Amino acid sequence: MTALPVRTEKALGLVIDLDTCVGCHACVTACKGWNDQGYGAPLSDQDPYGADPSGTFLNRVHSYQVAPPDAPPQIVNFPRSCLHCADAPCVTVCPTGASYKRAEDGIVLVNEDACIGCGLCAWACPYGAREMDAEAQVMKKCTLCVDRIYNENLPEEDREPACVRTCPTGARHFGDLADPDSDVSRLVAARGGFDLMPGMGTKPVNKYLPPRRKDAAPASPLAPLLDVQATGFAGWLDRVLGRL
Amino acid sequence: MNPAPSVILFTVFSGLGFGFLAFLGLGVFVPSGWVAFLFWGLGYGLAVGGLLASTFHLGHPERAWRAFSQWRTSWLSREAWASVAALLVLAPVALSDWLELGWPRAFGWAGAALCAATVLCTAMIYAQIKAVPRWNDVVTPVLFFAFALTGGAILGGPAWVAAFACLGLAAVLLWAFQRGDGRFAAAGETLASATGLTHAAGVFELPHTGGNYLLREMIFDVGRKHAAKLRSVAVVGAGLLPAAVLVMFPVHPVTVALAAAAHLAGALAARWLFFAEAEHVVGLYYGRR
Amino acid sequence: MNQPKVDLSPRVSDEVRRTTCYMCACRCGINVHLKDGRVSYIEGNRDHPVNKGVLCAKGASGIMQVTAPSRLRAPLRRVGPRGSGAFEEISWEEALQTAVSWLKPIRETAPEKLAFFTGRDQSQSFTGWWAQAYGTPNYAAHGGFCSVNMAAAGIYTLGGAFWEFGAPDWERTKLFVLFGVAEDHDSNPIKIGIGKLKERGVKVVGVNPIRTGYNAVADDWYGITPGTDGLLILSLIHCLLEAGKVDLDYLARWTNAPYLVGEDGLFVKNAESQPFVIDRRTGAPAPWDGKGVQPDMGAVWEGNRTVFQHMAARYLAPDYAPEVVAERCGITAPRIRGLAAELAAAAFDTPVVIEEPWTDFRGDSHDRMVGRPVSFHAMRGISAHTNGFQTARALHLLQIVLGAVETPGSWRMKPPYPKPVEAHPTPHYTAVPGKPLAGPHLGYVRGPDQLALKEDGTAARIDKAFTWDNPFSAHGLMHMVISNAHAGDPYPIDTLFLFMANMAWNSSMNTAEVMRMLTDKGQDGEYVIPRIIYSDAYASEMVAYADLILPDTTYLERHDCISLLDRPISEPEAAGDAIRWPVVEADRDVRGFQSVLLDLGARLGLPGMVTPDGAPKFADYADYIQRHERRPGVGPLFGYRGNGEAVGRGEPNAGQIDAYIANGGFFQAHVPKGAAWFKPWNMAYQNWAVEMSFFDAPQPYVFNIWSEPMRRFQMAAQGTGWQQPPDRLRQQLRIAMDPLPVWYATSEPPGYPLHALTQRPMDMYHSWGSQNAWLRQIRGKNALYLPTKVWMAEGFRDGDYARVTSPSGQIVVPVAHMAALNENTVWTWNAIGKRKGAWALSPDAPEATEGFLLNHLIHELLPPKGDGLRYANSDPVTGQAAWFDLRVRVERLGPRDGSEPAFSALAGVPVADGGRGA
Ligand SMILES: Nc1nc2c(c(=O)[nH]1)N[C@H]1C(S)=C(S)[C@@H](COP(=O)(O)OP(=O)(O)OC[C@H]3O[C@@H](n4cnc5c(=O)[nH]c(N)nc54)[C@H](O)[C@@H]3O)O[C@H]1N2
Ligand SMILES: Nc1nc2c(c(=O)[nH]1)N[C@H]1C(S)=C(S)[C@@H](COP(=O)(O)OP(=O)(O)OC[C@H]3O[C@@H](n4cnc5c(=O)[nH]c(N)nc54)[C@H](O)[C@@H]3O)O[C@H]1N2
Ligand code: SF4
Ligand code: SF4
Ligand code: SF4
Ligand code: SF4
Ligand code: SF4
Ligand SMILES: [Mo]
Repeated sequence: MTALPVRTEKALGLVIDLDTCVGCHACVTACKGWNDQGYGAPLSDQDPYGADPSGTFLNRVHSYQVAPPDAPPQIVNFPRSCLHCADAPCVTVCPTGASYKRAEDGIVLVNEDACIGCGLCAWACPYGAREMDAEAQVMKKCTLCVDRIYNENLPEEDREPACVRTCPTGARHFGDLADPDSDVSRLVAARGGFDLMPGMGTKPVNKYLPPRRKDAAPASPLAPLLDVQATGFAGWLDRVLGRL
Repeated sequence: MNPAPSVILFTVFSGLGFGFLAFLGLGVFVPSGWVAFLFWGLGYGLAVGGLLASTFHLGHPERAWRAFSQWRTSWLSREAWASVAALLVLAPVALSDWLELGWPRAFGWAGAALCAATVLCTAMIYAQIKAVPRWNDVVTPVLFFAFALTGGAILGGPAWVAAFACLGLAAVLLWAFQRGDGRFAAAGETLASATGLTHAAGVFELPHTGGNYLLREMIFDVGRKHAAKLRSVAVVGAGLLPAAVLVMFPVHPVTVALAAAAHLAGALAARWLFFAEAEHVVGLYYGRR
Repeated sequence: MNQPKVDLSPRVSDEVRRTTCYMCACRCGINVHLKDGRVSYIEGNRDHPVNKGVLCAKGASGIMQVTAPSRLRAPLRRVGPRGSGAFEEISWEEALQTAVSWLKPIRETAPEKLAFFTGRDQSQSFTGWWAQAYGTPNYAAHGGFCSVNMAAAGIYTLGGAFWEFGAPDWERTKLFVLFGVAEDHDSNPIKIGIGKLKERGVKVVGVNPIRTGYNAVADDWYGITPGTDGLLILSLIHCLLEAGKVDLDYLARWTNAPYLVGEDGLFVKNAESQPFVIDRRTGAPAPWDGKGVQPDMGAVWEGNRTVFQHMAARYLAPDYAPEVVAERCGITAPRIRGLAAELAAAAFDTPVVIEEPWTDFRGDSHDRMVGRPVSFHAMRGISAHTNGFQTARALHLLQIVLGAVETPGSWRMKPPYPKPVEAHPTPHYTAVPGKPLAGPHLGYVRGPDQLALKEDGTAARIDKAFTWDNPFSAHGLMHMVISNAHAGDPYPIDTLFLFMANMAWNSSMNTAEVMRMLTDKGQDGEYVIPRIIYSDAYASEMVAYADLILPDTTYLERHDCISLLDRPISEPEAAGDAIRWPVVEADRDVRGFQSVLLDLGARLGLPGMVTPDGAPKFADYADYIQRHERRPGVGPLFGYRGNGEAVGRGEPNAGQIDAYIANGGFFQAHVPKGAAWFKPWNMAYQNWAVEMSFFDAPQPYVFNIWSEPMRRFQMAAQGTGWQQPPDRLRQQLRIAMDPLPVWYATSEPPGYPLHALTQRPMDMYHSWGSQNAWLRQIRGKNALYLPTKVWMAEGFRDGDYARVTSPSGQIVVPVAHMAALNENTVWTWNAIGKRKGAWALSPDAPEATEGFLLNHLIHELLPPKGDGLRYANSDPVTGQAAWFDLRVRVERLGPRDGSEPAFSALAGVPVADGGRGA
């Protein structure tokens, strides 16, 4: 099954707005919470209350320093999860067929029952989107909440990824990037959405929206009504109140 | 990348094994009787031992059989097929040599080809990975072939062939090191391309202060400081020293054993470096490589 | 082989129970999913007014909190020395009897010997009521070390404050300016709001020395030097006045700008001792609230000028010119002028108009609502300084001159606010043995005569709230309680009763010293603070320093009431309150603290907690929530009263909590059409507010640009009046109690060139997030961030540690470089550092080995002035703890393997253990 589908009917994915993400990590724990009880094995933690806590997360939020030549330094928060690539190397390298890309919507999944835990897919992923669960010994990755987005046990409005549902700033958008008229495609077009490491040839479905231009040059200052120091306070007062 | 012992042993021994089997298959010299049993046994032992070692690296070895399913796309799967095929096809040859049945060597030639294919598949498992620029290069298959050929020659070839192979391997190693060091830069991935932030200046905070799989497996940078030392160990041990031994001492099992031992030590060092020095582009996100 | 079948519609859970989150004080609505009776998943409640479905990192990790190994298991009695952490588990009966045996005698002899203070508590109207019934004057919550400057400045100026008590008009505002906020109590609402602005492409401006979080997404960043916001703001006002860009109509109608200021600095009053204005139509005096009156701000009457003229004259002075303040603020003059211009443009060039007629309290009707779409939010960045009160006043003044309060597109208050100072109580503090206190402890003083002073002029309260040192300490001074109790100043106490405040660690200044005070013994070998009772739900650092522990439930295991009498969940267009209820059974021998307090109250026979025949009046807190009445018909919850239909006022309803549960755990009443704006002056709102029980009669008022209460104190400081401050405080009061907003520098000890700050991590809640296995993986240790200038000058490298020295202490901590930072500021995340052995974490946990607190560098007292007296490191107006006045110097140490100070490990107190996935 590790041959990639020739084409997928849909290309479901996320659009992440780097201009809006405040780096709150809500999407990180919401993802952990849902997937801990959802698709496949739970996301285990090792040494959770000890010296070296470590565990499986499917979504991580980085934070970078940015130094524009012509503006003050900035901080940009950067969520990172599976991009559900069209040319997903993680799929083609898999010897067992456990790793596959769904023909209907392009979601890249791991069939945990078939996974031998060789780790090759994680090596093949340039984005670090796959984490081997230390307890279950199978490969874990963002499922695009495949067990939410079509789930008839959830109200219509909740059929979206857990991270998107919880994002307080609305920096995460979910939709079909194969449909040029979808909200996400429009957003990508309007805001100049881009791919991560296009050089890797993975053709990510997920897109990122760049931070808007910051720290614009100051507006032109207000013109004083008159020279207060010269005319004195009384003059200023008449001038102001005269305009009542 | 994390130099997991299982993977190092797997690649080194299977490489050596299939190299040796190839020589036996080709019939460069044809052992007979118990000698043949010993030689073929060693060849099979190394190859199979290596393959078994690889399963220790698996989270679910009990499902290893599934690895045969994806030969159309996966080099790992292909390697599984190639190796088994090689071992099967060579069996009659081994049998014929041992019991001196004098069967035709055609199977031997085919088997040797399959051994070569196996080594190629093993190499391609690494060479195919774009995310690890150091591996994603012709040097990887060349290196794996050089090792298999040299190892095979030391055990199963004429001394002079083995000696030349050793010198060749030393050269290939030097070339691989030199070439590998430039690969990451050549691949052109940077924090800027990884994040799309043109003026990205570095990491402010990591996504987690705790550890995770990525840091353990792909962003392993421990012990790189020993790289220089280990490189010389690799070149001298795997190539120069055995070459010297083979030319200086008379052809004798002890000579071969000495050469083989040196080569093996060098090979292990080289393979440790092959992993430890390989930088995965995901390291960019963590400000490490 | 073909694609595997995936179950696309798995059953999510057996049952969903809707309650209120308490991973922080934001009070979001949550859907708690249960599988076989256990919590399986927690998500936001989409119908909830606060979070509208979203959750933050903490809220979404709640499942790891209610299963944390650190949960206390049963009541504890101290067996080892204080601070050792050695305890034995006892029964509740024994625990309660012990408490009563301590509290009963004190109440009958000297109630003030009980000091009862609460921390992150959301039931202050209840705990305050209990303390009042007990009769001790020594009660307050944590507001004093939190952000009382913001609360008090808001009430005294606008009749409402920032915190979570107001909100920008996210849908309509055209410019949003954020002063000194990293997170705040309205965590999710602010994030949702910023998201809305980003969606509309509205400009967000961040004024903050540090550019993370909200300030990182801000379109424009002003990296101000800490402690100078007041100066920046007054300079902005200077620019606006200079250009005549102020909302004169708004000032004349809705503020005291047209009031006349007399010789003495108080308002000129008429026969009814009411301030009055000069009517532009007649040029004659007219009542401030007279129909049709057109107040003339230019008037001069009998030589008395209007507030407007006083204000303008002051801020037009050259001292406030951008060119003059620029260097001090660390912001160039063109940038300041640029911001002023942007404010003016947004406010006056593009007003927001809502076509809704309304009638004001004067009886004048208006056919539309015109608003100034500029909004602000601010919090501890400006308030946690010794000039924080006046700085917050300055910010409110800026809002006022722009006409940007309660108008469309600006910033509005949430019911029960607006509420003028006059509608608030004054402090009650006279302790009478065996009797309750005459009224509530906390309030808003209008003049020196209302200070909490004894006949001999000494402080009536242990925290010295409402004294000349800090007259407007409306939230008390929790940060001074332990220090004062230890010093026996103003008097010794017997029992310190704390609830939900980690005073032996992150919520105290000078932490090491506080630990010493808590364990210090007198000649008699007795502890100087004889008895300490504490209620916590987890094995915090403070637990180890108490004699008796009353273990609380976690937030999913108890009833709580998020009340309009306290800190409700209202929105500008709707009043709202909420509950928590036990969505899971506690699996330990723990009890909800409020229920325990009622039990104690009954055992002590406190009025209101026992029936005439002395039996307990309330079965538990849930019973109290439904049956208690503050005023006839007015109780803790305002929804589903009486027959279940009544809102605001009505008989108690036995089905009330069930009704709340059925409604998702909350109740909302929407502000009627036409009443949602100009609330302080809008009769439609005022009448609705009375109906809702916020007050018993309409309370229209005007905003206080000039503060008479402050002037009264300033006058006293200048020698007038029968009540006089001690001479040592005259100068301080003269400056700090200025009736118009002023700026004065915070202390600048020579040799400590850097400002040292902390910020709230969005993914941690003070000390209590670290026990959460998910959150601690995200942030299990902290570093001190250094600006490029310092990083370079000292030659720092990654992995280095530094020695950080303040006038009162020294710590050794890991450092990291940050460029997007004010060049004279260093900072770290708050409360990540933990004491070894606390929180059921292994002693070698990174929180304890590498993590650190800045608190060790902050002293609760200012350096001695030589007069032998103790001066609090607090705002002279309100007593707000000045956390952010901290000054330090930094030296490079190179690599180290742990932070200092490193305290001995606490013995692990008995806890639930286990823990999910552990
Ligand atoms: N350096 C520095 N120090 C600061 C600040 C700063 O900015 N910088 N901020 C200050 C401010 S504003 C504040 S408000 C304080 C906050 O500091 P604290 O008021 O101490 O707040 P926490 O540490 O969050 O929690 C107090 C205690 O409540 C306990 N608790 C949690 N849930 C429950 C419960 O359900 N029931 C009971 N009974 N207990 C519970 C926790 O276990 C913890 O021990 O810190 C202050 N300290
Ligand atoms: N996630 C989370 N949320 C919380 C809390 C928590 O612990 N975690 N705690 C809650 C509590 S108790 C409180 S009181 C609120 C406090 O919420 P905030 O008011 O956001 O308090 P801090 O996080 O201390 O952030 C203070 C901000 O002011 C900035 N600052 C410091 N000094 C100055 C100054 O002089 N000028 C300006 N302009 N900025 C300055 C700091 O850089 C920082 O960004 O948060 C509440 N919400
Ligand atoms: S939840 Fe939204 S804002 Fe928060 S980190 Fe994730 S993407 Fe950013
Ligand atoms: S992001 Fe990584 S794991 Fe996800 S599809 Fe692309 S390559 Fe595969
Ligand atoms: S780890 Fe599992 S999914 Fe990944 S390549 Fe190996 S078998 Fe395939
Ligand atoms: S889509 Fe689902 S699985 Fe993927 S990151 Fe978001 S929450 Fe996690
Ligand atoms: S902000 Fe987060 S932690 Fe606080 S109440 Fe809301 S969801 Fe809970
Ligand atoms: Mo606070």
